[in-house]
Amino acid sequence: MEIVVCVKQVPDTTEVKIDSVTNTLIRQGVPSIVNPFDKHALEAALQLKEKHGGKVTVVTMGPSQAKDALKECVAIGADEAILVSDRAFGGADTLATSYTLACAIKKLGKVDMIICGKQAIDGDTAQVGPEMAEHLDMAQVTCVSKIEVEGNQVKVEREHEEGYEVVETQIPVLLTVIKSINEPRFPTIKGTMKANKKEIPTWTADDMEVDPGQLGLKGSPTQVRRIFTPPQRVQGEIIKSDTAREAAAILAGKLLTAKIV
Amino acid sequence: MAVIVNKEECIGCSACISACPFGAMVMEADKACITDACTVCGACVDTCPVNAITKESEQAAVKIDKAEYKDVWVFIEQIDGQVKNVSHELLGEGRKLADAMGEQLAGVIIGDEVEALSKEVFASGADKVYLVEASELKNYSTDGYTTVFAGLINTYKPSVILIGATNDGRDLGPRVACRVGTGLTADCTNLGIDEQTGLVAWTRPAFGGNIMATILCPEHRPQMGTVRPKVFKRPEQDFSKSGEIIRVASKVKGQGIRTRLLELVKVCTTSCNLEEAEIIVSGGRGMGKPENFRLIEELADVLGGVVGASRAVVDAGWKPHYHQVGQTGKTVGPKVYFACGISGAIQHVAGMSSSDIIIAINKDADAPIFKVADYGIIGDVAEVLPALIEEFKKAKAC
Repeated sequence: MEIVVCVKQVPDTTEVKIDSVTNTLIRQGVPSIVNPFDKHALEAALQLKEKHGGKVTVVTMGPSQAKDALKECVAIGADEAILVSDRAFGGADTLATSYTLACAIKKLGKVDMIICGKQAIDGDTAQVGPEMAEHLDMAQVTCVSKIEVEGNQVKVEREHEEGYEVVETQIPVLLTVIKSINEPRFPTIKGTMKANKKEIPTWTADDMEVDPGQLGLKGSPTQVRRIFTPPQRVQGEIIKSDTAREAAAILAGKLLTAKIV
Repeated sequence: MAVIVNKEECIGCSACISACPFGAMVMEADKACITDACTVCGACVDTCPVNAITKESEQAAVKIDKAEYKDVWVFIEQIDGQVKNVSHELLGEGRKLADAMGEQLAGVIIGDEVEALSKEVFASGADKVYLVEASELKNYSTDGYTTVFAGLINTYKPSVILIGATNDGRDLGPRVACRVGTGLTADCTNLGIDEQTGLVAWTRPAFGGNIMATILCPEHRPQMGTVRPKVFKRPEQDFSKSGEIIRVASKVKGQGIRTRLLELVKVCTTSCNLEEAEIIVSGGRGMGKPENFRLIEELADVLGGVVGASRAVVDAGWKPHYHQVGQTGKTVGPKVYFACGISGAIQHVAGMSSSDIIIAINKDADAPIFKVADYGIIGDVAEVLPALIEEFKKAKAC
């Protein structure tokens, strides 16, 4: 199976804090990581490859430092990695990003399956996967928690608000996966050595068949009007009391009086 | 790149460096410089005290006759002939947008034998219903629903489309937006009209809830967004209202749907539909052991609420992930949220901070959860919860 995994290098948003004086993000010391959902996508791809053979290619779009994310994926077990990078891609929203990635995937040739993380933890849009599938005219299943492949048949479980769906489809297909699908493996020492030696090609706009009007800012229908820090919730009342019983009675009283419950 | 620093005016104060959410601003020779990581969000523009940073708007490659596009549409999500709450909430909000724009509000109903739902849609404020019925459309499918929806857009040209940010809504939205070549703002928590441009201003959290971004879609139509459940109030329904039903034949053929739903397994019925819950009682690692979770269940039960869990608890296998609240779990907005033995990591708070009232019970007085709580009790959950359950039981018995 030819499997492509799309990854994104993201700031570790769990390390981001807000400067309460200036009300801005403190980014200092915030590490760049491979988007956590994408590691589950890579793991799913590696497991399929182990079972059915084939090749796993990791693709990312981003600035040159995104190569670090690709190296990590190679160290974990990906066979090939491609960086899609060009100033012309800057300022891309999800539509332009998905278009650019779709162009890169077209250049790769035959692809049986594309696996993406459900969403990236910086943008949280969950849109690039489905939009890529549309650009490539591929079937898609989002929020996947289990994948089984038999020949051309693909059977997946898709998370739903109240449970899950069992969905059948065929390759080629694009899947986005959630975290409960697997436990991602770690890079091995051998893998890290391989990754260090690995040639990772960079594809620019000139290397792919693209319509320049659909790239970057120009190809992005949405524009950010303004960015602001959300109003912080104000700390309320701590109910002080000697015993748990008393505190509970006071709280229940307050909630019942205010008809909150 | 469309954000530019005027080096002559830059005073090297580095205010923009900390303002940049993407770390794309650096100081070089005492002047601000923009690196490849720039996403042209414009956060730096507003912070520059000497207006040395400007955002150039590039002309969109596509020119669209925007005047052709009219009306606000809401995707009516239904499952087994039941309209989801979020669709009603969006009809309420869509009504406001339509009135502000002087346009009409329409509901889009796709399914099999679902005409009866239009009564509800009119009652929630719609002027029109676009109805597409076919046996192939009984269950949601990406291909089937995208083809129908994109077909309707191309024929009837709405200016705004609202879709619930549910699993299916977030599957359908991007596919449709991409097919008709327009912008989509994901997972919005606020909608308004931008005063300067008259465009819909879509506001959404990003960066794990650390920042909010307001997005516009200036040159493309329709303007589309997915909107989180429970953000807007469900409108009062008026069943005396009616409207026009526009029936449209489905062009979808069975073989055009490349996925097949074999089975829908309901792991939990209403008990873990956290997105639509009014009261949620959540437990974290501070519950001590899985057995103590019965206290959470009991409190939820007596209050008619549902059970949530922190990531730590789900990772430890105490609760299935359907119950997980937070950035990597579910985003909830109930009237009352009880956080029991939950420390309040930013990722957890990002998933529940839009709750009306937050109540925290934790024995660690320094736990960050107290910073966002409206009411807090510093104490052992194993003692406080039984007492609380008893109090509510007493009140209920009266």
